[in-house]
Amino acid sequence: MRVISQVGDWFERRLQLAAAIRETAEHHVPRNTASWFYVFGSAALAIFLLQVVTGILLAIIYVPSAAEAWNSLQLLNHDITLGWFVRALHGWGSNFMVAIVLIHMVQVFLFGAYKFPRELTWIVGVFLLLMTLGMAFSGQVLRFDQDAYWGLGIGASIASRVPILGPATVKLMLGGPIIAGATLSRFFALHVFVIPGLLIALVGLHLLMVLKLGINDWPMPGRLVKRATYTAEYEELVKNDGEPFVPYAVWKDLFFAAFILAAVAACAIYFGPFGPSGRPDPTIIQTAPRPDYFFLWLYALLSLLPPSLETPALLIGPVVVIFALILLPFVFGEGEKSWRRRPIAVLSILLIAVSLGTLTHLSGFTPWSPHMNAWSGDPVPEHFLKGTTALERQGALVFQVKQCRNCHSLGELGGQRGPTLDSVAVRLTRDQLIRQVIQGGGNMPAYGKNLSPAETTALVAFLATLHPPGQTPARNAALEESQTPAASPQK
Amino acid sequence: MPNENMLTRRGLFMKLGILFNGLVAAALAVPILRYVLSSVTRGSSYLGWVSLGHVNEFPEGETRLATFRNPIVMPADGKTVDTACWVRRIEGEQFQVFAINCMHLGCPVRWFPQSGLFMCPCHGGAYYRDGSRASGPPERGLFQYPYKVKDGLITIQAGELPTPGSPNAALDTERPPCA
Repeated sequence: MRVISQVGDWFERRLQLAAAIRETAEHHVPRNTASWFYVFGSAALAIFLLQVVTGILLAIIYVPSAAEAWNSLQLLNHDITLGWFVRALHGWGSNFMVAIVLIHMVQVFLFGAYKFPRELTWIVGVFLLLMTLGMAFSGQVLRFDQDAYWGLGIGASIASRVPILGPATVKLMLGGPIIAGATLSRFFALHVFVIPGLLIALVGLHLLMVLKLGINDWPMPGRLVKRATYTAEYEELVKNDGEPFVPYAVWKDLFFAAFILAAVAACAIYFGPFGPSGRPDPTIIQTAPRPDYFFLWLYALLSLLPPSLETPALLIGPVVVIFALILLPFVFGEGEKSWRRRPIAVLSILLIAVSLGTLTHLSGFTPWSPHMNAWSGDPVPEHFLKGTTALERQGALVFQVKQCRNCHSLGELGGQRGPTLDSVAVRLTRDQLIRQVIQGGGNMPAYGKNLSPAETTALVAFLATLHPPGQTPARNAALEESQTPAASPQK
Repeated sequence: MPNENMLTRRGLFMKLGILFNGLVAAALAVPILRYVLSSVTRGSSYLGWVSLGHVNEFPEGETRLATFRNPIVMPADGKTVDTACWVRRIEGEQFQVFAINCMHLGCPVRWFPQSGLFMCPCHGGAYYRDGSRASGPPERGLFQYPYKVKDGLITIQAGELPTPGSPNAALDTERPPCA
């Protein structure tokens, strides 16, 4: 025991850190901040440390070359002892980190912690979020598989839409005119050196400000933040109702950090590592690339926006969002902190959460994408064919062979890009069907050049049978009136 | 008592030292920036003509998948330099060579000869057989590679990832659906 203390003294004489560490650990925090709501920041830090450690462990094996990266991931997954586990920890750690950082941000927002004097802490936090997302995207690129390759293509397509600078931006991003070895090398440098370096520096700054300015006091409804008086009030609160951070508050941080790390490990063991999916070979075109979980909402949004809005939304949207986040503490730097008295803040969070959740949910079954194999794979339900004529059956064949099924479902099978056709005959008359098939319209291609008159006749004959048993098909009453006046019922 | 506004010898040296560092930094910044931007400033020397094979491999009136290797290949590129494209032989030596990349966000489009459409699996973009936009989110038709037919071989000018911002992408302007 004496030896340990002697060694400790030897270091302390040279480092002289003990006093500063003790002061930091025992700095007083308001009692009511020792709450389970205040644990997300430290949990994000814990996962970041996990990512640093597992990232270094992966870099021991990983080869950042477009020719070898995929093979080295296979090696990690299958040959290196527990390589799969380290990959899984890093992959799940990434998902958890994005989630925890977002939860931390929501908590900070709802508790008014971005208000005076913590504006800069919030702004640094916004950049930490952007870098976390940057790590998530560049990490997905390093998992150099089909999704990574086409994901880079999507990134390049977005970058190319920048006016004037587009082509140059693409080349700068890809390290050349195509996605190749140079692309992976620069994303490796970004993911391993540039962004982590910035993250470490900004996390340090973020923590320093939390220490210097004090943790945000628990928001009490009616206790308003005023620039003139806040600092004195806060000091008063800490003096009268404060406790040392260690151990009064820190135990909850420790418990939650351990819980989150255990959850990452549990997911890693149970679900295993992410991919890699197919080889990054652009000649394999039978692929439908998908982004990782946290960019799925964007994938959905890009499918649903009207084409004319897309480029402005892609290029201006992020700038507006980032500016709004940076301006937030300046515009709303004073006043009410409690979420109980800030209904617009609560509603904004709910709106954003519901929007992101809905878009993510939609991306799970991609109703906007054609089902590429529906035409050859999905059967025409029996009841649509029972009692039909030869012509109508011929039409059902045309319907399948011409890939209508890829976008239109029948009996809940098939694509959802276009409307389901289970009861199309109720909505459209025969003439309208012919026009829609031949000329297209709305979001449907024109099939005039790809259907012979006989095929069109058969197809429309089949479509005209598609109505529920109890409902009569649509008819053009005006036409019937003019053509066969005698047939109309007399008064 | 030294005057606060007075320039001391040490103070002057410190300022000169800062200035000296600034000059060296500025001088170093030029080559460093040129290095960082080298992929942008190289001009279009990366473009080259590559062969897709004999014209007889592409029957008239049909659209076939062809693959080619990028004109510039580096050892670390692996399989990424091999790319596919869709070759439509209209008749004789009249071709259209389409990029595989959807002009929405670059996903690989697939050709469906039965319906005469290219369909994109990502966001549902569709194009007619001549590459013009049929439906979905793309704002323009498929990118077309410049091609040449010589000695029975069809070659295309390739070397750059086709993106919606590529100058050639605008060649194929949208036309109204045939009626």
